[in-house]
Amino acid sequence: MTTLIYDGTFEGLLTVVFEIYERRLQQVKLQKGVWLSMALFEDVLQITTDNGRAGRVLNGLRSRLSAEGLQRLYAAHLAEVESEDGMILGYIRYVFDAPFNVEEDYGNKYVLRLSEIVRTVRREKHRMEAFVRFKELQDKTFYATIEPDFNVLPLLGKHFKDRYADQKWIIYDIKRNYGLHYDLHDLQFITLDFSTTNPTNVISAYQENESLYQDLWKNYFKSANIPARKNTKLHMRHIPKRYWRHLPEKL
Amino acid sequence: MNAERITEKLNILADAAKYDVSCASSGSKRKNQNKGLGNASNGICHTYTEDGRCVSLLKILLTNHCIFDCAYCVSRKSNDIKRAAFTVQEVVDLTINFYRRNYIEGLFLSSGIFYNADYTMERLVRIAKKLRTEHNFNGYIHLKSIPGASDELMQEAGLYADRLSVNLEMPTEEGLKLLAPEKNRHDMIQPMGFLKNEIIKRTEEKSLFKKAPAFAPAGQSTQVIVGATPETDKQVLHTANHFYKNFNLKRVYYSGYVPVISDNRLPALNTSVPMVRENRLYQADWLMRFYGFQVNEIVDEQNPHLDLDIDPKLGWALRNLNAFPIDINKADLQLILRVPGIGVQSAQKIVSARQFGKLDWEQLKKIGIAVNRAKYFITCNSRQFERRDLAGTAIKQYILSQSQSKYIKTATTQLNLF
Repeated sequence: MTTLIYDGTFEGLLTVVFEIYERRLQQVKLQKGVWLSMALFEDVLQITTDNGRAGRVLNGLRSRLSAEGLQRLYAAHLAEVESEDGMILGYIRYVFDAPFNVEEDYGNKYVLRLSEIVRTVRREKHRMEAFVRFKELQDKTFYATIEPDFNVLPLLGKHFKDRYADQKWIIYDIKRNYGLHYDLHDLQFITLDFSTTNPTNVISAYQENESLYQDLWKNYFKSANIPARKNTKLHMRHIPKRYWRHLPEKL
Repeated sequence: MNAERITEKLNILADAAKYDVSCASSGSKRKNQNKGLGNASNGICHTYTEDGRCVSLLKILLTNHCIFDCAYCVSRKSNDIKRAAFTVQEVVDLTINFYRRNYIEGLFLSSGIFYNADYTMERLVRIAKKLRTEHNFNGYIHLKSIPGASDELMQEAGLYADRLSVNLEMPTEEGLKLLAPEKNRHDMIQPMGFLKNEIIKRTEEKSLFKKAPAFAPAGQSTQVIVGATPETDKQVLHTANHFYKNFNLKRVYYSGYVPVISDNRLPALNTSVPMVRENRLYQADWLMRFYGFQVNEIVDEQNPHLDLDIDPKLGWALRNLNAFPIDINKADLQLILRVPGIGVQSAQKIVSARQFGKLDWEQLKKIGIAVNRAKYFITCNSRQFERRDLAGTAIKQYILSQSQSKYIKTATTQLNLF
C-alpha cells in the first residue's frame, strides 16, 4: 500500500494518476494536504501538482470519455468528499484500463458510485441556483451569501452570468471564504476581508428599497400558502433546514 | 411606491391567485440578449410553500374584481371580500425586483374579469409587452388568456409570453354548467384552438426564417378542478387525453378542490382536499405522457376510478399479470418502463448498463429501482426471484404490507367521509 499525498486540486488528482501509471503502483491510498514527517514512514509519496503531467492525463481522459463524462468527473471531484477520492481514482483507472468507453457501465461499482456522487453534487448546484438570495447594495451590486455542503461555487458562474448580465453581483461562500464576482464584463474569484468591515455599516450598505422587497417577498410567500393542504414533511424535504438562514422567507 | 398599499395589494392578489396550480417555468428557450435581464430555460423552483408546492413564478391576479359568479371561485362577484387591482407599472416593478434578487423565474399573471374580456386581456398583454420591450426582460412569462378575448389580443399575447393557458375549470361541460352557469365551454375551447394553430404556424415560420419571432414557445396548458363535481377519474383522464391529442397541450393540471365557499352545489366547507386522488391523477398523466400508456389501459368501464391505495402503474400491472415476468436483460425499453417500481431514469440506466454485462438484483437496487415492488414482475441475472404464481390481490397485499405509504394517514381521513 502506497499513500499518495496531493494538494486536493483537480490538477493534483490528475498528476497522482500520472505517477501511479509511471511507477506501476497497485495498492494506493489518497490523502489531501502536506505530510510533515516523511522520514517515519515508508511508502508515502508527496505529489507535487504538475500541469504538464496533469494535461497529459486529461488528454487521455478526453479520448476515452465523452465531454459530458469528463464534466461529470470534474463535478464529482468538486464534491470534496475525502473518503471518496479512492472511488474517483478507481473510476479513472477503470476508464484507462478498459478497451472502450465505460462511462455508462452502471453495473460497475466505480461507475455507479461516481454517478451517485455526481447526482448529489448536481442536486446541490441546482439548489444553489434556486436558493441564492441577492440583496442590493448601495453601489447597485447584488450580494448573496451561501454555505453549500459541497464546493459548488465554480459550477455556478455560467448560470448566473447568463441570467444577470446587466447587474453586478457577488455570490460568497462563507464556509470556504471565497466568492464569485461579476462586474458586468468578467467573472472572477475573490476573497473578502470581513475583519475590516464595520458591523454598524452593514445595514446602511443596502439600497433603500431593499428591505421593502424582502418584506414583500415574505408576504408573498405567506399568501401563496394554502393552509388546508399543509404538508410539513414535503416542505422540509424540498427546503432542508440547513439552507433556511439564507432564505428571507424562512427567517 | 407606497409600501403599505403595495403590500396590501400583493397579499390580496397573491392569495386569490394561489388556487391556480401551474407554476411551471420550463420548456422555453429565451436567451439573454444584448446584456438584458434573465434567461428562461431551466425551470427552477425557488422556494416551497408550507403545503409543499413549488414556487417558481410570481403568481398573482391583476385584479380580483370580477363580473362572473362562478361557485368554486374566491373572486366570484357575490363573495364579500376585499378587492384590489394592480397598475401595469406595479406588476412590472414587482416582477423585475423579485427577479433581480433571484426569488423567481418570472411572472404568472391571471386576472378576474373587469368590464369585459378584451379590456382585461389588453392590460395583461400591456404588462408582458412592457417587460419585454422596455426592460429587456427574458425571464418566463405565463399569461392566463381570458376566454372571449379577441384573436388580435391573443396573437399579441403569444409574442410576449412563454406560455398561455385557458382554464377548463371543470372536467366536463355539465360540471361547468352547474357551477359556472354564465361561462360556456365553447368560449374556452375556441382560444385553445386558435392558439394551437397559431403555434403550429409560427413554429413552421421559425424553421424557415431564423429571425421569425417566437410565439408562446412553452406552449399552452390548462387546469381542471377535481372533486367539486361528481366526475369519475375516467372522465377526467379522457378529457385530459382529448386535449393532449387534439390541442397539443404541454400540460393539464389537476387541482383538488379546496372548499372555500359555502354553496349547496359544492362539497361542504369541512370536506378535506382530495390530495391522494390528485396525486394519482398526476401519476396517471405521467403514464400517458412519458411511459407510453393509453388512457384506456389506465381507466376503463370496470375501473372508472384510480385505486387510492396503489399507484396506477402497479394497478395496471396487477390487472395484466399475463404480461409478466419480463427479463430485465432482454426486454425492450418500452416494456421495462411498464414495470412497477422502475422509473424513466432507471429504465434508461438499465438499458445502458446491460450492454456491458447482465444485471442482478444488487446492481438493480443500486441503479435505484424499487425492488419491493418490481420483484414480482421481473427476472434478472440472479437465481432467486419470485417464483410463486401469486394472484394480483396477494401481490397487492404483500406490497402494501411492506411499504409505509406517505398517504396512509390522509387516505383514512378521506375514506371516512364516505
